Amino acid sequence: MTGAAISLEGLGKSFGAKKALDGVDLEVPAGQVFGLLGPNGAGKTTTVRIISTLLRPDRGRALVAGEDVVREPDRVRRRIGLSGQYAAVDDKLTGYENLYLVAKLYGMRRRVAADTARDLLARFHLEDAADRAAGTYSGGMRRRLDLAGALVAAPPVVVLDEPTTGLDPQSRLDTWDVVGELVGQGTTVLLTTQYLEEADQLADRIAVIAKGKVIAEGTSDELKAATGGERLEVVTATPGELATAHRVLAAVGSGTPAVDRRARRIEVAVGAGAAGQRALAAAAHRLIVEGVRVLDMGMRRSTLDDVFLALTGEVMDSGDAEETAVLPEVLEWPRHHGHLNRGGVGA
Amino acid sequence: MTVLVRVARDSGTVAWRNLLNIRRTPGSIFASVLQPIMFVLLLGYVFGGSLGGDAYREFIMGGIFAQTVTFNASFTTIGLANDLQRGIVDRFRALPMSRVAVMLGRTTSDLTTSVVSLTVTSLCGLAIGWRIRGGILDAVLAYLLILLFAFAMSWVGAFIGLTARSVEVAQSLGLIWLFPATFISSGFVSVAAMPEPLATIAEWNPITALANAARSLFANPTPAGLLQPQAWPAQHAALYAALWSIGLVALFMSLSVARYRRVASR
Repeated sequence: MTGAAISLEGLGKSFGAKKALDGVDLEVPAGQVFGLLGPNGAGKTTTVRIISTLLRPDRGRALVAGEDVVREPDRVRRRIGLSGQYAAVDDKLTGYENLYLVAKLYGMRRRVAADTARDLLARFHLEDAADRAAGTYSGGMRRRLDLAGALVAAPPVVVLDEPTTGLDPQSRLDTWDVVGELVGQGTTVLLTTQYLEEADQLADRIAVIAKGKVIAEGTSDELKAATGGERLEVVTATPGELATAHRVLAAVGSGTPAVDRRARRIEVAVGAGAAGQRALAAAAHRLIVEGVRVLDMGMRRSTLDDVFLALTGEVMDSGDAEETAVLPEVLEWPRHHGHLNRGGVGA
Repeated sequence: MTVLVRVARDSGTVAWRNLLNIRRTPGSIFASVLQPIMFVLLLGYVFGGSLGGDAYREFIMGGIFAQTVTFNASFTTIGLANDLQRGIVDRFRALPMSRVAVMLGRTTSDLTTSVVSLTVTSLCGLAIGWRIRGGILDAVLAYLLILLFAFAMSWVGAFIGLTARSVEVAQSLGLIWLFPATFISSGFVSVAAMPEPLATIAEWNPITALANAARSLFANPTPAGLLQPQAWPAQHAALYAALWSIGLVALFMSLSVARYRRVASR
């Protein structure tokens, strides 16, 4: 096998008339955390289900650790651990029994299965709850148990489908720790998420997926650099001055400025480096001329949030009528998760 | 050979997990015990008075045994539908385990439910005057035949459970077919008194054959007023019921495995 732990070529899958995947190409390098980022309905879970042999693709090819998911599903299953969006644990069984069950089904002997289950419970801080029915676990504990189930056979590839959706902040951080630990051991992790912050924090490489297609791929920095680089932000003193400021920023920036009325904040993409600096100076000058009182003004680097808006905006502008459906998805995007860099804005 | 070992090992593991579930959900087995008791008492005393009293009550036990294990198919249906809905089946499908084991483990563990309900039904029968009047070997054969049929019905139930779109649908689908299947038979009445085409259906219904075979092996007499059919299935009731069971297992095992390969969780 080459350097790719997961390799997808022209993967297509339809459910009735709905195209869930429309030709996905992806190479996930071994030993990295690869983030698959996209809103609900983009095709993340379908991709994950094909990779983990739960779903057969209509078109294209998917290789996991060099094995074809359609032709050698059992070989793939031995090399992959899956932890789904909804924790698949048996409520009536204890935490220990849940893991023992999975270990036995991997073909382990009783003794080995029992040791594996105990080790994993310790690793996921579940020893104290080991002999309690999983039905009594909290949401975070259930998710940890499900995650532990994916690691029973110490697979070289682990697929985590939205591992932190619905978790409290502490459980989310715990899950992130586990992912870090896995990579330390050389495991390849494919992680799907709709949280930009999560992809930014955890993933070595990110693929942005929308409407069943990969629309961008690269490191977090590459993606940010590829979509305009810097953003110019202005906060006005009163809501009444927003319209004027909007006109000014539209003139100096590229594209339509985004407005947050509640925060009285307007931002627009500007070029990187000297071009950005010139735009900043021009905007400051014109705002003075127009008599707009500015509370805060400055440059910040693009976030993945901006990247996503820019990318899906392009898809939308391609003129294909059905693509306009992407608009509501973008509006529902959980923006507050994307603003990691906002602390430095306007300083 | 190694394939068979794997099937047996994985099915055993799945059955172990199901039995733990049953043990920790006492309510589920309660229904499988209560229902035959209810039918024995309802049919025996509500209908029994008009249809022949003690003789009728002894007669219906063969029918109640057949009906009880047939109704237990709904436990397989609901159990599998639940596992599907909760993502447990997805977990199994992503494991390098035998494909048939999830269903075989389920139909095997559900045999335990049938053993429990058969025991309770028998005790209840003894209380209302039913007796094992034949040889002990014949009685063992009768119970084995009933359990073989239970296993076959469980596979029908498994297929329904994998096909239903949700647990709620599985619950109604898993029950609805049981009423015509068990009542259009000689379980509780004379087939001869039914209008055509019901009489013919009842005559060839394997549940008729099972009820008649149980009566004959337990040596329970048929009351004079309840004429029974004389076609080939009636002449070879035990063989006919056994052949049906084997046929149903073969058919619904293949259908269920095919369905399992494609099934997506909801």
